[in-house]
Amino acid sequence: MADEPEDDAVVDPSRRRFLIQSAVATTSLVVGPMLGAATEAGPGKTATETSVVSFSLTVNGVERKLDVDLRTTLLDALREELELTGTKKGCDQGACGACTVLVDGRRINSCLTLAVMQSGRSITTIEGLATGDALHPVQAAFIQQDGFQCGYCTPGQICSAVACIAEGHTSSDEEIREWMSGNICRCGAYTNIVAAVREAAKKGGSNAAL
Amino acid sequence: MQPFEYSRVPDREAALNALSAGKGSKLVAGGTNLLDLMKEHVETPRRLVDINDVPMAAIEATAGGVRIGALSRMSDTAANDLIRAKYPALSQALLLSASPQLRNMASMGGNLMQRTRCPYFRDITFTACNKREPGSGCSAIPGENRMHAILGTSDSCIATHPSDFAVALAAFDGVIQVQGPKGARDIEAVDFHLLPGTTPHREHELGPDEIITAIVVPAAAHTERSHYLKVRDRASYEFALTSAAVGLELSGATIRSARVALGGVGTKPWRSREAESVLTGRNVSEATFREAAEAALRGSRPQRQNGFKVELAKRTIVRALQMVSGGVA
Repeated sequence: MADEPEDDAVVDPSRRRFLIQSAVATTSLVVGPMLGAATEAGPGKTATETSVVSFSLTVNGVERKLDVDLRTTLLDALREELELTGTKKGCDQGACGACTVLVDGRRINSCLTLAVMQSGRSITTIEGLATGDALHPVQAAFIQQDGFQCGYCTPGQICSAVACIAEGHTSSDEEIREWMSGNICRCGAYTNIVAAVREAAKKGGSNAAL
Repeated sequence: MQPFEYSRVPDREAALNALSAGKGSKLVAGGTNLLDLMKEHVETPRRLVDINDVPMAAIEATAGGVRIGALSRMSDTAANDLIRAKYPALSQALLLSASPQLRNMASMGGNLMQRTRCPYFRDITFTACNKREPGSGCSAIPGENRMHAILGTSDSCIATHPSDFAVALAAFDGVIQVQGPKGARDIEAVDFHLLPGTTPHREHELGPDEIITAIVVPAAAHTERSHYLKVRDRASYEFALTSAAVGLELSGATIRSARVALGGVGTKPWRSREAESVLTGRNVSEATFREAAEAALRGSRPQRQNGFKVELAKRTIVRALQMVSGGVA
């Protein structure tokens, strides 16, 4: 059990703090119990418990400490806690791809995982792709090919494209369309998005460090 | 999202202990379905048991087939060389599911445990849903039901099971290995999911204190010559209107054995032994395939908006069978 309050001087039963051990801990890691302030959580369901959890995430190569409600998704942790607002919230239910980030090099929807579940893994967001002022080749290709209009879906499109190229799913426009289908573009910039992915793949866009 | 306790367990024993610790515990792996439903207050677990550190992701050849660890991801299972070579319909069913991002997250065990996409089930502002609240009624039967089931329905529920992979698994005699406090047991894939009847809230055979450890699929000629065909409103990233997992063992033009299961039309993954018995022993031909398709849909009960699924499902079966018998007939 890793549920010792961090702060012994002030024990607030509604916001007990818990220390999460390393993700590679060999013992079971438990957060709870959670007692305290009653909050409404949906019709007919009364929540009586809240919990703040402390852990760290490795984001763009930097270990970042977090004290967040246990229910916080990775997406909300990135945007609201770590102020990495490049990653966008679209549907918040895994249907649009705007929240796509890379975890250990694989693309995922950050809205459908809890932040606490990703401790110990390496997260790359759109902010982590460029090297200093030098754009990632996929970022450059999106500009070159005009792969966006409003730009809201673009960070997710680019993260997804980086993985798509690394996976080798770019042998034809048809294959690019299929393997980029998890990213919806409300402006309908698909033609140029495909062109950008094609161009970046030809130039070896997956070789840049993640 | 309703508050919950969270624990991350290192091994199977710890997962079982966590499940036995009290009611209201749910396992989480990818979380793609569970967290979505928790946000909607459809799922309200008291405890989440994170099993991602449990070593259960291996895909291994066995004496008679393949064993897929429950924590293998959909993307990794689909890309596995053995699965692609010997079980093409399984790989295709996975690749035609969801999106690359979701397939990277979702586990194989979780894929079998995913809940229906019925919009009335997913939205708690509709108070009538027998699956969500037993005895409350069904909003879909008098409501929007274009996407709903035409096979295995009852007066209580017409929701489809959404998994593509589970359809292929039912077709090819898959077995789901589970473990509980009383030990391990095997459940035939065709028996794993339940018909709604008067108890649509009971969806599967897995006990609340049990965990899926692996999925086993036997090797067979009809599994190697197999195909998963999915028909949907969009070209990609959409649930099935109809789908068919089919496999044939051929000797010349004669069908020695056949496997047929349907998706998008059943309240559970829909194995059609009726279609299989039509096919077995016959020569491949469009007329025979059509006869098999007629047999598969004979008991169908369409709703107000989904009558089109009857003919569409038949054509899906015929086309899939033509694809696996290509060059023979």
